[in-house]
Amino acid sequence: MFTVTFIAILIVMFFLLIRVALGPTVFDRILAVNTFGTAIVLLIALFGFLVDRPDFLDIALLYALTNFISTIAVLKLFRYKRLGKAADR
Amino acid sequence: MDIAILVNFSLLTLMMLVVVVLIRLKSLLGVALTNGIYSLLSAGLFVTMDAVDVAFTEAAVGAGITTVLLLGTIAVTGMEQTVSRHGKFLPLVVIFITGAALIYGTLDMPPFGDPKAPIHTHVAPHYLTESTNEIGIPNVVTSVLASYRGYDTLGEVIVIFTAAIGVLLLLGKTVGKRNK
Repeated sequence: MFTVTFIAILIVMFFLLIRVALGPTVFDRILAVNTFGTAIVLLIALFGFLVDRPDFLDIALLYALTNFISTIAVLKLFRYKRLGKAADR
Repeated sequence: MDIAILVNFSLLTLMMLVVVVLIRLKSLLGVALTNGIYSLLSAGLFVTMDAVDVAFTEAAVGAGITTVLLLGTIAVTGMEQTVSRHGKFLPLVVIFITGAALIYGTLDMPPFGDPKAPIHTHVAPHYLTESTNEIGIPNVVTSVLASYRGYDTLGEVIVIFTAAIGVLLLLGKTVGKRNK
């Protein structure tokens, strides 16, 4: 059961990678990278159950938190054209 | 055990595919984002090797801060990669020689998780059994970092402090001038 889920997540990752490679616009890539981070979080949580150590769930939660940093940075870059400060609109 | 090998294999294969994507991409923004995927995958690999602290550093620094730094650079320089003029043969040769040297370096390493490896038989047993008597700190990791390798840790702190001062001097000055 866990193995099937694992293989499903791997297939999802593969398709996401194709979207990152082909993605016509940058926004497709941002979405794909963000979803890839979520897939990694799922994979780590799943790995905890696969090797009978469910405490990996905490680590997966921390990853879910850090996963947002790069997405927020990209979106800020698009909104303000720079990263340094909040900038004048 | 079997499933761990499967996880390792698939993670490494995905990392290889990510590198191929990285090489083919021409949009630098896409490259910065894909770099984050590579870091996340290697962090997952470290988690399967039970190095959770290393994995979290990789996820925070590699996928988080490095992506932000790359994006900051792209904001200053430009979004597209310029076409390189030099040939492809020399870089290929250099990469093959470096890769062969690295693989040669791993040949006489003990297998992963081998209890008889030098790292497990040298001073680690002494630390584990004697640190409570010698140092008096209940956490062995803390006593190794703060006492057995105290000078090493002090050196690291000095390096980070110097780097922080350098960055603050460089960045703080320009910001101050702009505000005036």
